[in-house]
Formats: sequence, structure tokens, C-alpha cells
Amino acid sequence: MNNPIASIMRPRRSGGQYQSRLNRTQSPARMTVIPVVSVLLASMASALPIFTAGPLLPPLGLMVFLAWRLMRPGIWPVWAGLPFGLFDDIFSGQPFGSAGLTWSLAMLAMEIIDSNAVWRDHWQDWLIATIIIILVLFAGLWFVSLAHSAPGATILLPQIILSALFFPLVVRLCARLDSWRLAT
Amino acid sequence: MAPPSNRRPGYSRKAQFGLFATYVLAIGGALFAALLLVVSIVDPKGFNALRTAGAEITAPVARFFNSIRRSVGDLAENTSAYLDAASKNAALTKEVESSRQKLNDAAALKVENERLRSLLGLIEESGGEGVVARLISTSASSTRRTATLSEGSNKGIEAGQPIRGPEGLIGRTISVGPTTASVLLVTDADNVVPVMRAEDGLPAFASGLANGTVAIRPINLGVNPFKKGDVIVTSGNGGLYPPNIPFGLVLDKSDDGAIARPFADPARTPYVLTMPTYQPEVVAAQEGGEDGDAEQAE
Repeated sequence: MNNPIASIMRPRRSGGQYQSRLNRTQSPARMTVIPVVSVLLASMASALPIFTAGPLLPPLGLMVFLAWRLMRPGIWPVWAGLPFGLFDDIFSGQPFGSAGLTWSLAMLAMEIIDSNAVWRDHWQDWLIATIIIILVLFAGLWFVSLAHSAPGATILLPQIILSALFFPLVVRLCARLDSWRLAT
Repeated sequence: MAPPSNRRPGYSRKAQFGLFATYVLAIGGALFAALLLVVSIVDPKGFNALRTAGAEITAPVARFFNSIRRSVGDLAENTSAYLDAASKNAALTKEVESSRQKLNDAAALKVENERLRSLLGLIEESGGEGVVARLISTSASSTRRTATLSEGSNKGIEAGQPIRGPEGLIGRTISVGPTTASVLLVTDADNVVPVMRAEDGLPAFASGLANGTVAIRPINLGVNPFKKGDVIVTSGNGGLYPPNIPFGLVLDKSDDGAIARPFADPARTPYVLTMPTYQPEVVAAQEGGEDGDAEQAE
């Protein structure tokens, strides 16, 4: 086709026309930044104008954090729970340090599970994540009750169910981000 | 996928010590977080500055999405309003007529009320005008029920001011940043509001249940006079919340009182009004005496 318009529309390789098409490597910046930024943005989601009567929004920061960690063991050092958790505490409204502690413990727990597990699949990851989310939510409620008067534990049930059902979707999202992260 | 066996990173001593160091750091990090948690439990207001900074950073995004949310909501409302305009017009005209009558009665009552108050020698602090602000987000994932206001100390909002919407009481401010303020909603378990039954002034307390409802407990325990449909208003005790702000509707009787739903739902309240503290000197005296929350000193 020598039609000029068709030649404009023809897809081109972006920029590096003279780069090698073989043996390309991923951008190291993108590899490190994408998981970190996705967790931080998910932690900040509670600042969006989402009005709920009770605690209903799943702890998105924790879920993205767990999804990355379970999908790619070793993506972050074991101490990564502390900085991510403290960042989440700024936006979640929980007492400061609550997620810092629980996420650190979650990271250690996953490390122990990893060292004992023989085989892992998606169902197991889902189960591990759900148990960790439930424990983190109950711990968060307990920390709130130490500082202020707090409601009974049944208030968390809708949030727990929603988080458990929502987790596979978060894993899918992280897997998409992962393929973008590792694309050359 | 089987986990990679990265437990022992080869024979390099340096790498082995490096791995060991990350475990030490992780456990140290958990202990550090526990320490921060203890500090924030002992002094809940200690980390307010950080939280305020976080709210300030995310406020522009929240404002943007909030304006979209409102314009979409307005669109739906405006469209449905056109559909039954004629019948609504007739109904409203009738309603205005009856309201006018009630308004006249209320004006007369107000005059009488002021006269009686002046007889009693009550002086009401009616500080400056209230500030109109928007609620831009709530703590949707936490058991703490707080919301963020779109205005802060730039408009003269202070910590500890009552906040109300058109329908009723919303809560009170707990921390203030330059352009945002954090509001403790009445549905938070920590927010205790002195209230009374509107029809007979039966005094009670309301505390949140964190699920959109509040528990009403009468001061005189033993009798449970509440019934479904009772209207609850603030009583003005404690000096923080002004009296006679609509508060909630009793949904059901409970063992030691009643369960009520606040009239003002933050999700359906785009604009709120900050009010001056009702009797600042009473609140100040209570805070000095107990060093706690104003209405809990009651």
C-alpha cells in the first residue's frame, strides 16, 4: 500500500529503531518502582471519596502487598513490612504503628511458610492471604480498642468476606502489572 | 510455583550475613512498630501531624473525585426532578402553606425563649459565623469512623468544633491541617454525644457502633422508655454540642436503651457547617479537670 495515510497509520517501533531486537533487558527502574508504587497507591485509596457507614473497604494496601509478596517470593527484603505498613497507617485512620507491626509480622510469617512449604499454588496463596488479612483486621480492631472505645468484632465480618472474595482480582491486577514490569 | 530455595545464598559468607541481617532488621522493625503503636495508644494525638500531612497530600485528588461524584449525583437528581414537576409543584405549594403557619409559631416561641433565657441570665457564646465545607472522604477501611473536611485552619476551623449537615449532627473536628480537617463522626465508638428525646427532653447519651448506627443510653438506667420512631436531638450538656440539633431516629429498642440511625449520613451530605463550641468555658473547665474528651467528662 503506497497510500500516504496508511503509511502514517502503520505501527512503528517506538524510538529505538536502531536498537537490537534481541537480548534486550528490562529497565531496572521499572522493575523496582512498579510494585512499590502500586502498594503505596493502594494504601492511599482510602483517601478517595468513598463513604461507607462502617468499615467496608477491603484493606487494599495490604492486599496488593500480599499479592506481590506471594506471587514473587523474595521481591522485597523481609523488613519491607515496616515501611509499607507505616505508610499505610498514615492514611488508614488506625493508630500509628498498627499496620507497621502487623505487616512486619505478616512478612515474617510468610517467610516461615515459604521455608516449610514444598509446593505452592494459587489456592494456597489465596488461603494464606485470607488468613493474614483476617488476623491483621482483628489485630487492628484490638489496637483501636486499646486506644479508644471500639465496637464488637462482628463489625469486621463484611469487610473480611469482601477482602477474601476480592483478593484473586488483586492478584490478577498485580500479575498484569508484573508482566508490564518485566516487559522489555 | 515452588518457592525458590533462596534460604542459603551459596557459600559466600558475605551473602549469608546479608541474609541474616535482613532477618534481624525485620524483627527489629516489628519491635520498632510495636513501640510506635504503644506511643500512639498512650497519646492518640501524637501522630496527628503525620496524618494531617497525608490528608493534605491526597486532598486534591479526593476533591477532584468528589466533584465528579457530586455532579453525577446532581444530574440524576435533576433529571428525575423534571419528570414529576407538576404534581410535585402542587404538593410543595401545599407544604409551604402549612410550613408558613409553623414558622410563625416558631418565631413566637423563639421570642418567648429569648425572653425566658434573659430572665434566667443565661449568656450564650455565639462565636463567629460557621464555615461551610465539604466532606471529601471517610476512613472506609478502618473501624475508626473519621471523615476529612475540605477546609482547615485557612478558614479558621479549630480542633474540637461541632460539625453539622443540613439534616443533623455529623461529628466534631479532632485535628486540623492547613486546608483539611479531620472529623470524628458520631458513629465512632469514641464519640459520646449528650442527647435527649425531642418530645419530653429525656436525657441520654449516644455513642457510635461503627456500622452507621448509634447506641442511645438513658442517664437513668433501669427504665427503658424509648420506643421505635422517637426523635433524638442534642441536649447541649457538656458544652460542646449546641442543643436542639437533630441527631437521629430510634430504630429499635435494645437491652439498655435504643439503637438509632443518625439523620445526617456523610455519604449523602455534600456540604457541612462548622459551628462554634457551645459553651467554650465549660469545655475548657472539663478538659482542665479531667484531661480527656469534653463530653466524656460529663
